Amino acid sequence: MGIETLTLDRSAIQGEEMVLNIGPQHPSTHGVLRLQVVTDGEIVTKITPYIGYLHRCFEKHCENVTYEQVIPFVDRCDYIASMNNNFGYAVAMEELMGIEVSEKVHYIRVIVAELNRIASHLLAIGTFGLDVGAFTPFLYCFRDRERILDLFELLCGARLLYNYIWVGGVSHDFPIGFVEKVYEFLDYFEPKIQEYNDLLTFNKIFIERTADVGVLPADVAISYGVSGPNLRGSGVKWDLRKNEPYSIYNKFDFDIPIGTGAMGTVGGCWDRYYVRIRELEESVKITRQALDQIPREGDVHAALPKKIRPPKGHVYSRTETPRGDLGFYIISDGKPKPFRLKLRSPAFTALSCINEIARGWMIADVIAILGSLDIVLGEIDR
Amino acid sequence: MDLIDFIIICIKVVLVFAATMLAVMGMIYAERRISAFIQNRLGPNRVGPKGLFQPLADGLKFLMKEDIIPTAVNKPLYLLAPAMLLIPALMTFAVIPFGSSLTLFGRQISLQVANINIGVLYILALTSVGVYGIVLAGWSSNSKYPLLGGLRSSAQLISYELSMGLAIVAIVLMTGSLRLNDIVSSQQGHLFSWYVFKQPLAFLIFLIAVYAETNRLPFDLAEAEQELVGGYHTEYSSMKFAMFFMAEYANMITAAAFTVTLFFGGWDIPFVDEAAMGNWGALLSGIAFILKTAFFLFLYIWVRWTFPRFRYDQLMNLGWKVMLPLALLNIFITGGILTIIS
Repeated sequence: MGIETLTLDRSAIQGEEMVLNIGPQHPSTHGVLRLQVVTDGEIVTKITPYIGYLHRCFEKHCENVTYEQVIPFVDRCDYIASMNNNFGYAVAMEELMGIEVSEKVHYIRVIVAELNRIASHLLAIGTFGLDVGAFTPFLYCFRDRERILDLFELLCGARLLYNYIWVGGVSHDFPIGFVEKVYEFLDYFEPKIQEYNDLLTFNKIFIERTADVGVLPADVAISYGVSGPNLRGSGVKWDLRKNEPYSIYNKFDFDIPIGTGAMGTVGGCWDRYYVRIRELEESVKITRQALDQIPREGDVHAALPKKIRPPKGHVYSRTETPRGDLGFYIISDGKPKPFRLKLRSPAFTALSCINEIARGWMIADVIAILGSLDIVLGEIDR
Repeated sequence: MDLIDFIIICIKVVLVFAATMLAVMGMIYAERRISAFIQNRLGPNRVGPKGLFQPLADGLKFLMKEDIIPTAVNKPLYLLAPAMLLIPALMTFAVIPFGSSLTLFGRQISLQVANINIGVLYILALTSVGVYGIVLAGWSSNSKYPLLGGLRSSAQLISYELSMGLAIVAIVLMTGSLRLNDIVSSQQGHLFSWYVFKQPLAFLIFLIAVYAETNRLPFDLAEAEQELVGGYHTEYSSMKFAMFFMAEYANMITAAAFTVTLFFGGWDIPFVDEAAMGNWGALLSGIAFILKTAFFLFLYIWVRWTFPRFRYDQLMNLGWKVMLPLALLNIFITGGILTIIS
């Protein structure tokens, strides 16, 4: 007589499934996203994202405006990191037209792009904390993001949608005293990273909630085309600033942080989150080097074309934004308006894998996983 | 009981009720100001001096809001639920002694509304009734998020009530009485006769369970605004919505007072003989009680604005796999020691 093991027939105890709409009006969908979630009790069995609530016909619009006029639209795609979007578009256009911009413009662009990366990551970290129920780190992140926005306001008058980086240059040179102000900010900001770690990163409950949750294995990430911190969180060392250096990124010395699974499985929410924290440090490093090396003299408008009329042809160029590989595919037919412009959105690919990684977790985890992917609906819907 | 006794009791009831409601308003103000302080903000500072009238303004706003009752709700239960939550929350304070006894016109008046011999059970029973309010609010709203909130709350209550009760059993074993007055008087004398020093494990279990019991972060799963929008009160508006909040704060105040009574000597001031000081002693002990309670209320706010939220299953794990065995072990140890001593 052995001990009989009790086997439960899972189909016999399965209850009725419930369809739950998370969003479009929901506190933590980071914009107007609707997730149709099929749940069995609290356990989620299927997630279908519905997008398009913020669709503004970006690509079609671009076909009807001149190349200069595209830039404000680009701002409004990923409105959390407008500088990086401007940068990506400018790099693509310059490649199409064969423009070489001055040394100073390169440095200015790198500085503002890295500052914007810090601002964007701060928002990502803060809202991720919010998604798992920690309210306070969010406001600490906003406190520091505010300083970057103040710097940008000083620089170009705008706090969110900058229209700063133009094809062939930037709209304004640095104002007097700006470099010192950025130094001052970096000195202020660097110790603050430790504060975020104390507040949130190494909190026991936070680690419990995020470490092994929503694991995105490297092969799945690659097959979905996930890029940026989400891909690096899965342990893949891929950063366009190092792998395909554009602008002057090859002049700077910085590391690419990747997820190591320090608190759990590689590719969990915690890894994605921690990659962003570490990238703050790297961005500070890059900005500091750029500030040290920036030429004082030079004209930021020298390479600015009078009228943008690229030759016939097409170009695909990609840059590293805070959310990953931002690609621009531009077809020119020789006229002042683009024939076709396609934007490859890193946030869109990140969202596409949510069913894969959040299935089988609980409702609370779906929110955490969504937060850890750091999506911006403006860019997904375009 | 003569007429004067009756009048005295009536006055005490009104006083305690008014004090609790006032404390609720104070808590609303304190929560907003302290959270602002923690988060590097200013907080409400415009209505009245230092924003002190903000709770009044909030209340007025809630009164003037449109009272929406969704068409698909189960109306009787939907209307009953907020009251079911608020009334037990306000009733609980009745048995808590908030000072030593006062002597007025030769009459001894104990500072407690009802000195019943099952005080501990009374509190446990009423807090359990309160959860029906949450469950019914979630169910009768006929909406998915509130339903999930209500379900979470009931599961949470079952798992935490148990360890909370078992933690209290250790105290009851040491006192030999369920009367809260006896529990307070057994802690008098010097500082180390407080049960927090005699029963540290029970105190920790009780404190954690009380947070779960009052649905506060890190255990506010029934509300969980980031997940369930508003949880059980998603479909409520106007004063009914405000009643949930008043109930939450009233529950917190009672829970803090209960914690003080059980583990921190109630109104006791260590090394001071309140009874010998007469009416001054009563006054001082009342102040001591208020200060101790205020500290635990501050702790509530402090914790809420510092920690992330637990997940549903993690909460269950903590309740059933960690706290319950520990509470049982604690009873076992306490019982063993008591047997040896006697």
